[in-house]
Amino acid sequence: MDETLKELGAHVKEALPDAVEEVLVAYGELTLVASAAEVIKVLRFLRDDPSCRFVSFIDICGVDWPQREKRFDVVYHLLSPTLNARIRIRVETDETTPVASATAVFPGAFWFEREAFDMYGILFSGHPELRRILTDYGFDGYPLRKDFPTTGLVEVRYDDERKRVVYEPVKLAQEFRSFDFLSPWEGPDYVLPGDEKATPPKAG
Amino acid sequence: MNAPGKIDPKVRNFQINFGPQHPAAHGVLRLILELDGEIVERVDPHIGLLHRGTEKLIEAKTYLQAVPYFDRLDYVAPMNQEHAFCLAIERLLGVTVPKRGQLIRVLYSEIGRILSHMLNVTTQALDVGALTPPLWGFEEREKLMMFYERASGSRMHAAYFRPGGVHQDLPRQLVEDILAWTKTFPAFMDDLEGLLTDNRIFKQRNVDIGIVSLEDAWAWGFSGVMVRGSGAAWDLRKAQPYECYDELEFDIPIGKNCDNYDRYCIRMEEMRQSAQIMRQCCERLLKEAGPVSAVDNKIVPPKRGEMKRSMEALIHHFKLYTEGFHVPAGEAYAAVEAPKGEFGVYVVADGTNKPYRCKIRAPGFAHLQAMDFLCRGYMLADISAILGSLDIVFGEVDR
Repeated sequence: MDETLKELGAHVKEALPDAVEEVLVAYGELTLVASAAEVIKVLRFLRDDPSCRFVSFIDICGVDWPQREKRFDVVYHLLSPTLNARIRIRVETDETTPVASATAVFPGAFWFEREAFDMYGILFSGHPELRRILTDYGFDGYPLRKDFPTTGLVEVRYDDERKRVVYEPVKLAQEFRSFDFLSPWEGPDYVLPGDEKATPPKAG
Repeated sequence: MNAPGKIDPKVRNFQINFGPQHPAAHGVLRLILELDGEIVERVDPHIGLLHRGTEKLIEAKTYLQAVPYFDRLDYVAPMNQEHAFCLAIERLLGVTVPKRGQLIRVLYSEIGRILSHMLNVTTQALDVGALTPPLWGFEEREKLMMFYERASGSRMHAAYFRPGGVHQDLPRQLVEDILAWTKTFPAFMDDLEGLLTDNRIFKQRNVDIGIVSLEDAWAWGFSGVMVRGSGAAWDLRKAQPYECYDELEFDIPIGKNCDNYDRYCIRMEEMRQSAQIMRQCCERLLKEAGPVSAVDNKIVPPKRGEMKRSMEALIHHFKLYTEGFHVPAGEAYAAVEAPKGEFGVYVVADGTNKPYRCKIRAPGFAHLQAMDFLCRGYMLADISAILGSLDIVFGEVDR
């Protein structure tokens, strides 16, 4: 299984040497790391090449890595019913650089790109209608970014006096509890409570 | 009709709101329809009214704590969703599920398939004017939900599939009862088909409605019944078999007219095939004994009884229910043939006890986005027939 995937990856790499930067096979899955500017070329090649035929569009999603300079990964998943194989294409981008929209190649990318925009603020150039999809009308912020709080920023309630729904900054009766369950035996990078007392006794 | 290029300013298209509280919207869907008389010119679905931020919440939970969120996606076939998540984690961990665990998973996935198809077929019939099918179908669904409850303690939100296997073994009596049910089910299906398959009104509302060619179906990201209705012999259970589907005998029905009626016929046949698979699973479960989940106690918590006697089991139990297990860094996409199509989970792990990113690829999301493409040029009354035939559940579309 891995061998055929490697061959397939090498075939794509050979056909598009400057668009495909890396070919990875891990856990029985093939990943192409591509350059963001060329992603449409890669998608079109994978769809039309007679030995690929990745005609089935599966998914587009974002992944946020805030510590990186280009913080977003845009991950495409395609399926080839002829080869019975899956492929993943990964490109990198940041908050301001748009990625070319895949809607021209796969009409099914329409909502998936809207979702990535809604959740991460990833921009897609050439998308027919890049507006929010899952969040509320008038929502502010990009909820799946790592710096967006899990509790959100606003809460909504029905105001009986004003006879309408009002938005207010979120008020927590109790701090959001995020425990650090990672094993202390593997050495955390902070002093555990109580450890500051444990200075070794001086000799003598 | 206006001559092309000449627009009468007094006549303009009619815009109506369909939903979000319309009974045929199958949940909280708001469609903005632009009509020319009764002909649909444009459909703009507004979704997200049931958005709960599942993906964000999963990032803040350990892998085991994330499992119950999957029940709440497509809430008419809960265990099929858990299955995809468990498969993704198991691939990253390199865990194999013992045979008995696989059989139980297949058995319950097929129960989920019947639950989902039964709801879809009968409520779609309700949308086009037949009242009796849901009354009959829900009785059968109730029996299946009892099987869910007897295995997991819950009729719907089961949290029964766990990474490494399933939570508990099935009592023998339960397997026997499911086996007995699979024998009564074909007769029920005959009754249900008698209500719908040759029904004149049902056919008038569904034949040649919602036609989608295979090429379009692939490009729009369709999967499951939606591509099989357009003639693709494609089912992940056959094409990329997971668990023990390759050891079981069943057939994949495909359509050729690409319309609502073909999809209805496929769903009916798939229910019969599912009952067939369930029968094979039950027969094997009655014969073969063994563990139902992987025995690696670094991933699967020990049983409670064991915990009372063994110090090591106690430590494992404590660690797994506080810290949880760690998944090695990497990414995996696991998909299952859920009743509605390909349900996939893309997990990015960073080596800690929580998923770094968990993308849920719901089949309904891809199907619903094609509403505009599917409905253009059809009549207003066909909207609810097509929507019913897409098999939409808002839990998974909005996530």
